[in-house]
Formats: sequence, structure tokens, C-alpha cells
Amino acid sequence: MSVPKLEQLSQSVVQGPSLAAGAIPTRDWMDIPVKFTPGSYAYVAKKDKVEYLNSQSGLSFPNAREWSPEDDDWKLPEGWKEIILKGLQERLGKFRSLKIFMDCCVRCGACADKCHFFLGTGDPKNMPVLRAELLRSVYRNDFTLGGKILGRMVGAREMTVSVLKEWFMYSYQCTECRRCSIFCPYGIDTAEITMMLRELLHLVGIGINWILEPVSNSNRTGNHMGLQPHTFKDNVEFLVEDVESLTGVKPDISFNRKGAEILFITPSADVFAEPGLYTAMGYLLLFEAIGLDYTWSTYASEGGNFGLFTNNEAMKKLNAKMYAEAERLGVKYIIGGECGHMWRVVHQYMETMNGPADFLEKPVSPITGTVFENAASSKMVHISEFTADLIKHGKLKFDKSRNSHIKATFHDSCNPARAMGLIDEPRYILDHVVDWVEMPENTIREQTFCCGSGTGLNTDEIMELRMRAGLPRANAVKYVHEKHGVNMLSCVCAIDRATLTSLNDYWTPEVGVCGVTELVANAIVQEDETRGELEEGLRTMVF
Amino acid sequence: MKYAFSFLAVIALILIAWLGSQIPGMPYLFGIALPYLAMMIFLGGFVYRVVQWGKSPVPFSIQTTCGQGKSLDFIKHDRLEAPDTTAEVVARMFLEIVTFRSLFRNTKSELHDGPKITYESSKWLWLFAIIFHYSFLMVVIRHMRLFLDPVPFWIAWLEFGDGLFQVGAPTWYMTDIGLLAGCVLLFSRRLITRHVRFISLVNDYFPLVLIFAIAVTGILMRYFLRTEIDIVNIKQLAVGLVTFSPVIGTEIGAIFYIHLFLVCVLLAYFPFSKLMHFAGVFMSPTRNMKNNTRAVRHVNPWNPKIIPHSYGGYEDEFREFMVDSGIPVEKELPPKKDEEKDEE
Repeated sequence: MSVPKLEQLSQSVVQGPSLAAGAIPTRDWMDIPVKFTPGSYAYVAKKDKVEYLNSQSGLSFPNAREWSPEDDDWKLPEGWKEIILKGLQERLGKFRSLKIFMDCCVRCGACADKCHFFLGTGDPKNMPVLRAELLRSVYRNDFTLGGKILGRMVGAREMTVSVLKEWFMYSYQCTECRRCSIFCPYGIDTAEITMMLRELLHLVGIGINWILEPVSNSNRTGNHMGLQPHTFKDNVEFLVEDVESLTGVKPDISFNRKGAEILFITPSADVFAEPGLYTAMGYLLLFEAIGLDYTWSTYASEGGNFGLFTNNEAMKKLNAKMYAEAERLGVKYIIGGECGHMWRVVHQYMETMNGPADFLEKPVSPITGTVFENAASSKMVHISEFTADLIKHGKLKFDKSRNSHIKATFHDSCNPARAMGLIDEPRYILDHVVDWVEMPENTIREQTFCCGSGTGLNTDEIMELRMRAGLPRANAVKYVHEKHGVNMLSCVCAIDRATLTSLNDYWTPEVGVCGVTELVANAIVQEDETRGELEEGLRTMVF
Repeated sequence: MKYAFSFLAVIALILIAWLGSQIPGMPYLFGIALPYLAMMIFLGGFVYRVVQWGKSPVPFSIQTTCGQGKSLDFIKHDRLEAPDTTAEVVARMFLEIVTFRSLFRNTKSELHDGPKITYESSKWLWLFAIIFHYSFLMVVIRHMRLFLDPVPFWIAWLEFGDGLFQVGAPTWYMTDIGLLAGCVLLFSRRLITRHVRFISLVNDYFPLVLIFAIAVTGILMRYFLRTEIDIVNIKQLAVGLVTFSPVIGTEIGAIFYIHLFLVCVLLAYFPFSKLMHFAGVFMSPTRNMKNNTRAVRHVNPWNPKIIPHSYGGYEDEFREFMVDSGIPVEKELPPKKDEEKDEE
């Protein structure tokens, strides 16, 4: 799908006509059916990917078929409605959050203008409250007394194909970023709603390829890019060569090495594409500078977890590789690279799903001796926690001037900020390595805006949607670019590095994107290095 | 339409109570039977709903952190926004419930030409909610005077505080005005704010109109129609109700039965409506859980047994490539087999 010109989209966002832009809808939302046109939806999962996943133990992805959202007939399975309602009932019994969130909303509207999708598209069904009502209306109809008796009068409606289509449309226009949830007086979390909607849709074979293909790749090859072990190794080795040619220091690396002290897992995108590559080079330089005894794994070569965007079972199955590999290699603990949703899984789900991790040891920094008490049980430490501790103890020597070509700002990724509370560690690091400024206060820390393409939505066919959803973030970047001359947007997320690049290219092409560890590595001073003037840091001369 | 229906429903309820209570013998229905029934539905329904929620487990620790989590010593931990201990969770919940902290954070976003998005603090909803809820709470507490004999001293203190401005005779209570104003403000907001109007249901307008009518009938009795009712008989009935020996003396006044009937409707409606947010706010997993999930394992009672695609299976598929590129393997390649094949 072609993306509209900047001027067109800029006008369209503001002038609508949309609810966000001030227009008043004339029809009740239940009377507005969804319409699928090219660009309004992500391509559906390929039949062979769904079949492969369905064949894996512990997973269920039924109803593999060829179909298109634009068709009237979605080739739903026999008895699809019962499957959905039974699935909903089962989930109401398994998740207290779902029950509470179905029952407690008072429709105060505090969440409405907090959503980046609503601000960018103006579509009322992108208000978090209405996104939840899409499901709540069906819940009322079949699971509450009032709904059964009074029906539509109390906001209940029957489960129909058009409701199902609406679910598909809007559960894939939510990035589970949880920004709305911090403003909700009851903490209603739209991420939970969206997760449930997506789980229910998978029960009848509705899913998108940009998510299911990575899930199947991660399952088979260990990473979502589908890199086979030798390719993964080659990719990292290319980076080693680049680092050597730039700095004269050749990082010592190993793969699947038993007896290493630490297993390092990061999103595979970092060893695959710019600008994540520079962050990966940053890891190599950083670990070399402190002489860390660590290994990469080709089997657990993915930090990210696309299973999180499908259902609990797939999330668990993919995540289980981390502990399985740590146990097989006999490492003491795991360090995780910069990633957003990966850290939601690691922080809030991993040990619950795949623990207890009693075969690992409580993480202790081999360089500083610091015990990471906050990861005492799950035994996985965030690279920013690890690095901040190194800096605090003076174990890294920096030459900040090596980043003098950069005026940075920092984008809090949704999940580290709102599902982990990892907010000040990256800032502490930035303070030591680069000159940087904050974006406006309503767009950072726990109020940070999503890149607009998370949860597996960073696919090209919905580029206009992504550019709209990313507008609040881009707008804040533009603000600091104009006011402070910011030319680099730093972040601690691999998806961000990919998606913010597209976003900035569209809205503020003057601003690049980098990982925090790239900036760290730019500034690190090591013995025996023959680093000339790297005018652009690690980006000088690469490729 | 939706709000109009709410008005009609409440008017119908008022008529039922007004006309009904005039029929001889019916005061017993409106004064005794319905209050007991409503209370039973309220208590039973409330407990039922909470138990129903409680029956579903909390499989994952899904706290939302609204500030810096506990991490390294030199990183300042935001104890209220990312609680690590039970005490910190209690403090967070206390402030959430007592001061509506999340609403206090509210902002208003606006789109301007450019495009440019602006955010400004917007405390109106918070203010309206505070006025409404605290006035309601105070009114409920003041009503305890009717059920308790002797009246506890602290109720008199609260009443004194509530009527501090000494306006009018009898002295107007601030919270009476507050409750009316709260209803009107919240109702108007629903009508005027375009996105809130778009999402509002009958379920949202009806309780506001109902509570407004309850407040109005109460205010009429206290300030304007004092001669129409018999306060001694009302007190006798109220004390009788809570001691399970209710007596209805002589004529109490229709306005009283209207007031009481509307309260009964509210009580019976409560457990089956969004008003249950009163209980739900205590149980919301995003707010009432500790952010210590990497330090202490949270257990999921229905954790399914799912194993990863095994390393063995992975190595079997890629062993040749792994050996070729020097990645250590668990099982070496059987090189002879290939040679044998070649020989064949």
C-alpha cells in the first residue's frame, strides 16, 4: 500500500473528519460496520505457517486456509460462534483480570485520548474504552443477567460475523502498549483485552502473517528472522570484523559454549539489520572491554517473543528456550539485550511460565560484585541494569566527545517503562556517554508513546496506519529536534530501532535511531585500541 | 435518547412509590419488605460478584509500573508507582482509592495544524469524581444517625463540619449540594464531551439520574417539606429495620417512601451494574500487585505443560551446518554413513 504524502497525511490527521479531530459521529458505534480495504489490515497468516504451528506440541492454531479479510466469506470453521463463546468463558475462568476489566469500566473516557492509534486515526473504535466495548458488548449479551434481559439497551450485542471482523480490525490496531492503563482509575489494561481478542481470533483461524511467521521461525530456527545456526553465527562474526576494522579490537565471541558464566540473549533483529547492528556491535565492544565470560546461543537466538502477540501457549513455548538453553549450557545466569516486549515477557511472565529457575545462580556482576537482588529468582538481568552498575563502579572508561556528533533524546519503550519500571537506568547511562535532552513530559517515562508498530504490526502493508499511530511519538521527536537540535533518538528496544527508523524517515527525517549500547560503545575507551576518528561512531565506514 | 430513557425510568419509579405508598397497607411493602429485599439483593449480589471474581485466578503478575522500579541501589525507586513490598502496594492502593490518583494524572490531548499534538493537565473529571464520591460518602455516613440510638458523637461532629457555613435554616449541608452538583456535573460531562457521549450507555446515565433523584427527595424532606414527614416515625422505622423489629407508626409521608424506594432500587441495581467498580478497584491486578516478579516467582495455578521445540530436535535438523561452521554440538555427525552412501 502506498503511503500518502507527508502534507496529505498531516492535513488528514488534523482535519479528519474524525472524532479525534472534533467531528461528531452521527451513528451509534454498533451501527458502523468495518470495511477492509488494502492498507487497512495486515496480511493474514500463510496456510503453511499456520499448519506448521498447529502441528507443534502444546500449540493450537486451527483452521489453516487461504483467505482474505476483503472477502465476505472468511471460511470460518463449523460452529465458530460456539468456539468463540466457549473460548471466552474459559478465559473468564482463567484470568481474573479479564472478569474485572469486563465488569468495572464506568466509561469515564479518561483513556480515550491517551491512545496513539486514536490520536493518529481519529477512529472512535480506537479509543481504548471502545476497543474493550467491542468485547464487552458480547460478554454482556452472553454472560450477564442485564445483558441477557435488556440486550442492546444496556450495550449488549450478539456475536456475529461482523463483530468478529470488527475484533480483527481493532485488535490489530492496538500495540498492547498499556499507556491507557496508567490513566484508568481502575487500572483497566487494554493490553489484556487485546491479548484476549487475539487469542479468541486464533481459535477460529484468524491471525496475521507478520506475527505467525516469526513465531514459527522462532520455534524452528531459534529466532524470528529464521536465521539458521551457521547464518546467525556468520552475522555476528561479520559484526566482529566490523568492530575490529573500526577499533582495532577484536571481540572474543563464542556460540553455544558450555561452561560460559553468562548466556547473552538479544533480539535477533540486532544482528540482522541497521540500525540494530550497531547496537549489537556495541554489545560486542562492551563485553570485550570488561572481559566478560559469556556465550551467544543459536538455539535461543531470539530475545523477542512473538508468541506474546498470539496466545499464552505460544508465548510460553518460545520463551521456554531461554531457560532450557541456560540449563543445557550450564551458565550461571542470563543477560538480556535491549528489547521492549521481550522484557515484558522476561519480567512478568517468564519465571511464572517456565520457572522455577533453580538450576541458575543469583546474578552477580563478575566485574563489580554487585548482586542483582531484583533478579534474584528469575536470574535474568537487563543489559541497562548491568551497564549502569559497571559505570557506577567506574569500570568503564569513556570519552564522551566521541559522541559529540550526536545530540540525543531518549524514547522509553512501552514495556520496560510500564511493565517493568526500567526508566532511570538507561538515563543514567546516557548521562555518562552522550549529550542528551528529554522529550516533553507527557510523552516520556511511564507516559511514553508507542512507536506505533509494536506487537507485530511493523509490516509494510499497513504503513499509513503505522505512520498515523506513531505520530504522537514522532511529534515529540520533532519538537526536540526543532528546539534543541536533537539528531538521534536513542532507545532500548529492537522493534523500536526498526519502526522508529521508518517513523522518523517519514515525519522527521533529520533524526536517526540508535540503541543505548551503541552510544556506550562509541564512547568506550579500551587499551590496545587503534580507533581513529570515528566521525559517526560505529557507523563510520560500515558496509 | 439514552439519557432521556434514564429520566423516564426514574420518573416511573417515583410514580410507583408515590402512588403505591398511598394504598392502604402498602407502606409495609415500601417501608419494610422492599428495604429488606433490596438489602438482601445488595449484600448477596455484592458478595456473589466478589466471590465470582475471586474464583478466577491471577495467572500472571501484570502490574502496571507508573514509575521507576526497584533496581540498583543508586537508582531511586518510586515506591508508590512501582511497589516492591506489600506495604508499598497498600500505600499505592490507598491513594488510588482515597484520592483517585490515576484520574489526577489525566491529560487532555489536542490536535493542531502542523500537525502538532499538545497535552495539558485536565483535572475536571478528577474534581467532579471527588465531589460526587465524597459527598455521597458523607451523606451515607450522616444517615447513620437514623439507624443508631443513641447517635454516636462523631456523627454529630461530621454534621457540624458539613454544615460549617451555617447557611439557611435548617443549616445546609455542603455535601447535599455536593452530591447534586456531582450528579449534574458528571451527567453534563457525558452529554457535552463528544467522545464520552459517544461511548455512554443507558447504564451510565441511569445511575446518575437515580442518585440525583434520591438526593433531591432527601433535600426536599430536610429543607422544604419538613412538615409533610414525621421524623420521629422515620427514626423509629429505621431503628426497627436494623434491629429486625420494624414498626410503621402513623402517616410518614409519600415523599419519604419515594426516597426510600429509589434507594432500594439503587441497592438492588448496584451488584449487577458498573457501580461494582467500588469493589473492583480493590481487585485490579494491574494496581494491586507487586513489581517484584524477577525477585520472587509468581505462581500460575493452571500453568499448562508446554515444552519448547527441543534442542535435540533443533540440532538434528541443523547438525551438519553447525559442525561445518564450528558450532559445538551434542552429537557428532556420523561421517562414515555419508561415505558409505557415496560408495553405494
